[in-house]
Amino acid sequence: MTSLLNRLFGRPRKGSGKTAKDRLRFVLQHDRINLPPERLEEMKRDILAVIVKYVVVDKDRVEIALEQRDRNHSKIVAEIPVVKQTVPPSPEINMDSHENNSDTPVGETEDSVDEGKPADSDAEAAAIASDDGEDTDEGGNKNKK
Amino acid sequence: MGGKVVTVTSGKGGVGKTTATANLGISLANLGKKVVVIDADIGLRNLDVIMGLENRIVYDLVDVVEGRAKLRQAMIKHKKFEDLFLIPAAQTRDKMAVSPKDMVELTDKLREEHDYVIIDSPAGIERGFRNALEPADEVLIVTNPEVSAVRDADRIIGLIEAADKGPGRLIINRLKTEMVNKGEMLSAEDVFDILSLEIIGIIPEDEFVLSASNSGVPVTLNEGSRAGMAFTNVARRITGEDVPFMNLDENPGFFKRLMRFLDGR
Ligand SMILES: Nc1ncnc2c1ncn2[C@@H]1O[C@H](COP(=O)(O)OP(=O)(O)O)[C@@H](O)[C@H]1O
Ligand SMILES: [Mg+2]
Repeated sequence: MTSLLNRLFGRPRKGSGKTAKDRLRFVLQHDRINLPPERLEEMKRDILAVIVKYVVVDKDRVEIALEQRDRNHSKIVAEIPVVKQTVPPSPEINMDSHENNSDTPVGETEDSVDEGKPADSDAEAAAIASDDGEDTDEGGNKNKK
Repeated sequence: MGGKVVTVTSGKGGVGKTTATANLGISLANLGKKVVVIDADIGLRNLDVIMGLENRIVYDLVDVVEGRAKLRQAMIKHKKFEDLFLIPAAQTRDKMAVSPKDMVELTDKLREEHDYVIIDSPAGIERGFRNALEPADEVLIVTNPEVSAVRDADRIIGLIEAADKGPGRLIINRLKTEMVNKGEMLSAEDVFDILSLEIIGIIPEDEFVLSASNSGVPVTLNEGSRAGMAFTNVARRITGEDVPFMNLDENPGFFKRLMRFLDGR
């Protein structure tokens, strides 16, 4: 019976067979472009370091990943949510503040918190809304809650 | 151009290249084709014992390349088939004794009088592999449903494509249906998903393969062997025949996918 169900709906994807397939996918993604996992992590850090020089990024929700259709088609796909800035910060100040607060998550630097916003949670909601491409004004935030 | 050169390779060792070469040679001869099998694994001669011809060897591949023997003298006729020959590897030399160009020249001569020249490649991606690849019209990549074997197959497929010998076709060897059904082994479909290469054969794990290597009579000559049947099917596909896959309890949708993959090229 299990065998029949497997035949109709595909195999149960547990067990070491599934693990084998996942591990193969992982290993081949890196093999095929000759970029070991550690180097990929390094690259991600470098990419982000460049981007935060110009915009404020919601660091917790950054996704930079390898995608591979087959042996000859690999791409780097990045989703890097940018935190909305109502008062455009002067680039110089922006950069300085990052250098000085390198331990602070980028999305939560002083610059990124809009004037007059009461709490952190609001800044976060704004980031989510802008990421979804929705209206990011105060009304939009209220609707979301 | 005459006959066709088919190279059997894998990257990883021990996956079944020599077993496949011997069985394809026998099956093709059984189908009435004129066949030469070449053991290109210099220093690790093996195909002779798998084919039961070890006691007939006088000259080998390197003797021919270095001019000590005529091609004919190094071709050992199979006991059972008039039109099946083996050119054995040298046992005491290394791979550098033969160059890719030597192999092209040799196979060009063999093509004139034979339908198929099948080359058993050594493991690895070095000279021995290059020797086997250079003269190939068609490449068969043998792999096992296992992480390291599939990984090495992927690497080899990349090299085959880079050498303009692609795309090649896949033989998935030693599949254990019960384990696949329990989810404890990669299925043929998983391997296909990952390598996206045409599959020319799925060979079950079969104890007869061991007895065959003990006796020097490849499993294709054993009518009760499932692996033997599967190898015969591969041989028929090589000749261009459209042979349905054996029921290995694969997910039936998979064979439809395979067909669509083939139609789409
Ligand atoms: N389908 C199979 N079922 C069981 N054993 C197999 C099968 N194919 C290969 N073998 C065994 O695997 C081992 C390696 O095979 P071999 O053909 O020598 O590999 P390679 O030439 O790739 O190194 C041998 O002991 C052989 O008997
Ligand atoms: Mg071998």
